[in-house]
Amino acid sequence: MGEFKVHRVRFFDYMPSGIRALAFNQDTERMAVARMDGSVEVFHCSDRFFQEKIIPGREQFGIEGLSWVGERLFSAGLNGGITEYDLTNQKVKYTIDAYGGPIWTIAGNQQGTHLAVGCEDGTVKLFEVNEDNIQFERNLDRQKSRIVSLSWHPSGSKIAAGMMDMIQVFNVETGHSMHRMLADRGVGTSRSKECVVWSVVYLSDGTIITGDSVGMVKLWDDQTGTLIKSHNVTKCDVLALSVSQNEDSLVAGTSEGIVVQFQFVSMVLGKDDKEWVRTRTFRNHTHDIRAVAEITTAVVSGGMDAQLVVRPLLDKIEERSAASALRKIHFPHRRLVACARKSGLMLFQYPGHLELWRLGESEGKGSSLFVKRNPEKLLHLKVKGEDHIRCSAVSPCGEWIVYSTASTLRLYRLHCDNNNIKLHENTLHGPEISKLPKVLSSANQLCFSSDSSHLFSASAQSSVHLVSISQSGCKFVGTLKPKSGSHQAIHLLAASEDGKWVASANSDHEVHIYNLQTRKAHCTVPIYSSAVTAMGIHPATNCLFMMHADQQMFEYSIEQKQYTDWSRTVQRKGLHRLWVERDTPCLNVMFNPQNPSHVILHDMYMLCIIDQSLPLPDDKTQFYNQLTLKSLTEEQRKSHSHAFKVCKTFKDILCVELMPDQSLVVVERPLEDIATQLPAPIKQKKFAT
Amino acid sequence: MLYIYIYIYIYNIVRCGGSKVNLRPPIISTDSRFLLCASGDLVKVYSTRTEEWLHSLQGHTNQVTGIALNPANHLQVYSCSVDGTVKLWDFIDGILIKTFIIGYPLFAIYVSEKHEGVLFLHVSMATDSKNECFQLVAVHLPKSAEQEVEAKEMSVVSSHISSNPSCTAFGRGGEYIAFARHLQLNVYFFRKQKTCSFSLKATDKKGAKNAFTCIACHPTDDCIATGHEDGKIRLWRNFIHKKEYTYSTQHWHHNAVNTLCFTPEGTHLLSGGIESVLVQWQYGAGNRKEFLPRLGGSILHISVSSDGQLFCTSHSDNKITVIESSFKVCGVIQGLVKGDGVLTDLMIDPRSKALVLNGKPGHLQFYSLLRDKHLYNLDIVQQEYIYEAGLDQFEVVKAAFDIKGSWLATVEERGQKSSDLEFFLKLWAFDERTQSFVLNTTITAAHTDRIISMCFSSSKETTMLVTIAEDGQFKAWCQGADADTQQDQNFWSCDFVGSYHNLKPTNCSFSADSSLLAVSFQEVITIWSPETWEMLTTLCQPPGVIRDLCFGRLSCSKYLLGTTTRNLLCCWNLLTCALEWSSSVEVSKLQPDPLSENVAAFSYQSKHTDVFVFKPSEPRPLFTNKNVCSEKVHRAVFVPREEPLNNCDESSQWLNRSQLYFLTQNMDLLTFSTATEEDRILSSSKQLVIDDSVAVTPFYLLLGKHGQQQQKLNTQSHPAADKPQQPQGSVTIKELLHTPAHVLPAASVLCSMFVNSLLISNTGVQQDPLREEMDSEKEEEDSEEEMEACDSQQELRVQGSVDEVTLKLSKAQERELKRVRKTDFSWMAGLIDSKP
Repeated sequence: MGEFKVHRVRFFDYMPSGIRALAFNQDTERMAVARMDGSVEVFHCSDRFFQEKIIPGREQFGIEGLSWVGERLFSAGLNGGITEYDLTNQKVKYTIDAYGGPIWTIAGNQQGTHLAVGCEDGTVKLFEVNEDNIQFERNLDRQKSRIVSLSWHPSGSKIAAGMMDMIQVFNVETGHSMHRMLADRGVGTSRSKECVVWSVVYLSDGTIITGDSVGMVKLWDDQTGTLIKSHNVTKCDVLALSVSQNEDSLVAGTSEGIVVQFQFVSMVLGKDDKEWVRTRTFRNHTHDIRAVAEITTAVVSGGMDAQLVVRPLLDKIEERSAASALRKIHFPHRRLVACARKSGLMLFQYPGHLELWRLGESEGKGSSLFVKRNPEKLLHLKVKGEDHIRCSAVSPCGEWIVYSTASTLRLYRLHCDNNNIKLHENTLHGPEISKLPKVLSSANQLCFSSDSSHLFSASAQSSVHLVSISQSGCKFVGTLKPKSGSHQAIHLLAASEDGKWVASANSDHEVHIYNLQTRKAHCTVPIYSSAVTAMGIHPATNCLFMMHADQQMFEYSIEQKQYTDWSRTVQRKGLHRLWVERDTPCLNVMFNPQNPSHVILHDMYMLCIIDQSLPLPDDKTQFYNQLTLKSLTEEQRKSHSHAFKVCKTFKDILCVELMPDQSLVVVERPLEDIATQLPAPIKQKKFAT
Repeated sequence: MLYIYIYIYIYNIVRCGGSKVNLRPPIISTDSRFLLCASGDLVKVYSTRTEEWLHSLQGHTNQVTGIALNPANHLQVYSCSVDGTVKLWDFIDGILIKTFIIGYPLFAIYVSEKHEGVLFLHVSMATDSKNECFQLVAVHLPKSAEQEVEAKEMSVVSSHISSNPSCTAFGRGGEYIAFARHLQLNVYFFRKQKTCSFSLKATDKKGAKNAFTCIACHPTDDCIATGHEDGKIRLWRNFIHKKEYTYSTQHWHHNAVNTLCFTPEGTHLLSGGIESVLVQWQYGAGNRKEFLPRLGGSILHISVSSDGQLFCTSHSDNKITVIESSFKVCGVIQGLVKGDGVLTDLMIDPRSKALVLNGKPGHLQFYSLLRDKHLYNLDIVQQEYIYEAGLDQFEVVKAAFDIKGSWLATVEERGQKSSDLEFFLKLWAFDERTQSFVLNTTITAAHTDRIISMCFSSSKETTMLVTIAEDGQFKAWCQGADADTQQDQNFWSCDFVGSYHNLKPTNCSFSADSSLLAVSFQEVITIWSPETWEMLTTLCQPPGVIRDLCFGRLSCSKYLLGTTTRNLLCCWNLLTCALEWSSSVEVSKLQPDPLSENVAAFSYQSKHTDVFVFKPSEPRPLFTNKNVCSEKVHRAVFVPREEPLNNCDESSQWLNRSQLYFLTQNMDLLTFSTATEEDRILSSSKQLVIDDSVAVTPFYLLLGKHGQQQQKLNTQSHPAADKPQQPQGSVTIKELLHTPAHVLPAASVLCSMFVNSLLISNTGVQQDPLREEMDSEKEEEDSEEEMEACDSQQELRVQGSVDEVTLKLSKAQERELKRVRKTDFSWMAGLIDSKP
């Protein structure tokens, strides 16, 4: 596998943002996740929970609720507006004000005709969903206290609303309240605190299930407006509820970080009188669970500890496989670190700013080296405006920095002489380059060519704009457009070392290859069922190496417009079980110029070098064989070694980059560090403490 | 001829009580009046109200391993035993109704209302004892009138089940039976004849140990509760589906859940474990629970009465606690606590004549052997005992009484396993006012190493304690006025420290008059004078380290006996300081009788223990008994009798003044008993039955009156007078009461008739003042007559001639009486019993 000098970088203080809301779309199998910082992410549930789309948030843009209406996604927040997202281009489509003060909850009916929002002023507002916008229809009877939670009856004729100390049931036709059910306050000292009905679920048989701040999950009958049963789940709050599609299972998330499952089970076997019974308990969170969603085969939960946990329900799964394993998603499936390879600079992307660091230097030999020069923070660049950064890049020479928000794209030139750092801004909106087309106002993905002479900016309609950059100024060269296909936003760009090719991948799994000399589309890689998570063009052979969310790998020869022999062999023989069962996607593909047959990959837990010259392992061979190989003699090693060399020394990896001097930069963000920066969880009595 | 007679007559080795009452869950009878539990070869019947032992069901020849109420008749109980039989008893009267011979050792019994005439039994099918293989079999009971029947019709339900009987339970109304073994839960549905099995992983990432420890099924819902090794309780539902089964987990216990039990209505689930806390979970309300802590030893079994009003927990310290459903302890049935091992010697408290040994952790227990009853515990350690596995806590390891019973010395120890040993020597004075022992002195560092043995001087004037320890020293402790403190109370302090060539002492003993102290150091016995602390002489008989040491008593006080590890029993004459005799016997325990010259020696040879009783003056044993038991005997004690027996037989004379009790390694307390004694015990227990077993019901009042009158009659009338009448009356009543319940017609058939009859008889009482004087037999008779709807004329005639009847009977009356005797009144017994 070879030896590398490793820069173990731990000064990227990335903090994932807590999860506020979840919305599951059964038809498209997409899970929308809203975070505390206002960003919205879309995960593909059947494609190993790959994070397909990220819509960055803004300052002061808190989302309180998410709702799908058909394939359209809406959110509402405390700023009082309802926002629809343009999922194709991964941006906000529009925001309209509901004029009811902060909005606490949003819910769409199953028919897809109406949206209901619950406002601070005590109104439930109905919005009609039109073709390309939503329109206010009317208010339901105004209540005295704020509406915290809402749920439509599946028929769309009734709405249950959770409020302070009570639950109201509205008739949508008349807009009048049908029932008013009082939720009990806690006992003792909490008696004076009002009971917040955090979450409500309306079942088709007329049962209303509520979760409240007293820690109870209560079942009500909407015919009589009476309490059927109450389950004491926790001493703290029950913050979120979610019911399965066929209404036989319910999950409740609490502020202790516990998800409790209830099931609709017949008490006497073979008879029909069913009851809701508390069954399983899942403890995967350390902090408040703000949102839960029961999808077909799993329970998805997210909360203050910023991790998205997918807990499979084994009784719903036909066949146990890698897709049915417990999954915890901590980091975004995008690269937040860019590396200027030639100058040894690292660019870290935070939501609101960029940081540029120069790597340290070391001397000596051994397993841990003496640091001669400490890493140095060169630059702290704050974003102009309220929008958060969508993507950023640093040129390989380290001279150019570019970032894009939803509204602007900014390019900076860095003068770095004798510890004096000067920053020149080249706004593409600037007066001198005002002739640039408007399409370049924002980018979904950015990439520099390897000689730093060109900037590739992925933009709307799956197109890539080409800008030549030099000290004198920037010049728009042209636009690369795919011949056909979808208009989904591009999330990956890869430029070849020789400056001849550039490849783009979009969220419809399409990979287009463009010839930079002709500035025309060269070819399209056959579409694979799983999303591309990382790709790179081999510097020597100009083969495009692609990693997919289902852990499959393909190598496509650009010149011959076909898969390489090695790639065909891999597909024919299949990958090792242990490789396929990994649960985080590969995020970077690198090539070792010293050894052209080596491909370097990494995911969150490991670093892997694939030696294409060695035989592939089959399911019988030992996959993690480094230790075994060490104990063998030189001759025996040959017979035992296979193509995959996995290094698990590093954990919680955000990025791995191979520098030209054969050193590796490994950017780690230990989860323990993240945990220490989180607010203190609810204090719980632990046994024997 | 005579010799043989004596042999049969005397040498009964008896398990003298103190056997385990906590082996299997106790049963509460349907009317909540009786508590039944398997104890040794017996099934003991206790009263739930008074906790008194009423009687026992005797008949099995080996350990009783399971009891279950007969679902068809709640006045009968099935018991199964290792001897391979199932017996059906009438437990109120203690009558054996039937014996079913199964032929395999049985380990548990389960019954269900739905499966009438079928018993479910745990059967050991192992051919060799190493390979434990238990099967659950269904045995169809043959319908035969014979007393002893062989049950041959068997079918195997499961051939691999857990040896733990709490891992099997019947589900809702006997529809299915659930049994767990290690990590697998199996549910066998009788209707479909199908087994569903669910397994858990042995461990998970968090280190949970998932093995099943117990099981309980909800009475009305299809819900199975299982307890696990790591203290979790899982409630399984929907287990008809192979895949869609589901369970919820509750976790409170920090160690294995030993037992689970649903209340009869299914509203609560009770659980217990090593924590000795009874936990009541509200069914269906998640984690809402109530606790009843500090019940004593760890909870092994829980059972609930059929009306749900009484709970019963059995504990590891051989105790059954009766608890009301309001979580109030209302009774404790305490057996002899034997725990994991008896660390102290068996002792007799000179005042109460109770057997004293360590019982409950940190306590000394006082146990009355005569009444087979636990008297009280004396807290020695005075620290809270934490019921958790693997903790090193203080234990009472040594105790000694002085001859008057006014002083008690105890040694408590901690850290036997680890290197840092901690121990305290405590001296307790008997307080006449409170009638208990009060701590007088605590000596924290009595020796630098573990105390091996200690004894009080036996003189009446001064009390002195001698302790010997592994540090090579022996110390004498005296109670003396402490000049410094000037207090009224006298504390104990060290009087003398002695050693001998730095050898490790092995035992010590005072002579009967306390003029001599013998301390053995390895192979040497040193004799000291306690007054001057001068070493008088040394005795030595190598090879072999001295193990036991005792002085002879009374006429033999000039002898000193010692046993060595090299199988030698030596007797020295202290006057000549020479070895009188020695014998090559391997003696594991030497026990002198304080009231006679006799010494009992237990010898363990070729895997069984023999007993010799001898006088030191003559090397020929008075009495020998080969093969007393198959284990080694380390503890024995002579218990003085309350009143000496007058056995003139030569070889039983040694039992006249005191009785020899000994404890085997299996913790069985055995004794030698004589037949006369057994008779006495039997009669006393009979008396108890009559006193307590009959509750105060209207019918009891009727009978009670009869009993009193009869007694009066007995005292009044001359024994010779009216012979034929009196037995006749008692026979009728006996017939009435002792008819087995199973031959009765259904209570519903008889009820209205019986109530009617009672009404008429009451009016009769009011009408006729004579009736009060009437004797009980007559009363019986006329109520019977009324039930048969006899014509009142005859009855009046009978009533009118009451006085004459007591003197002599007319022909017609005699005939009438005969007829009455012949009619079957047996159903009456059922009515008496079924009274709530």
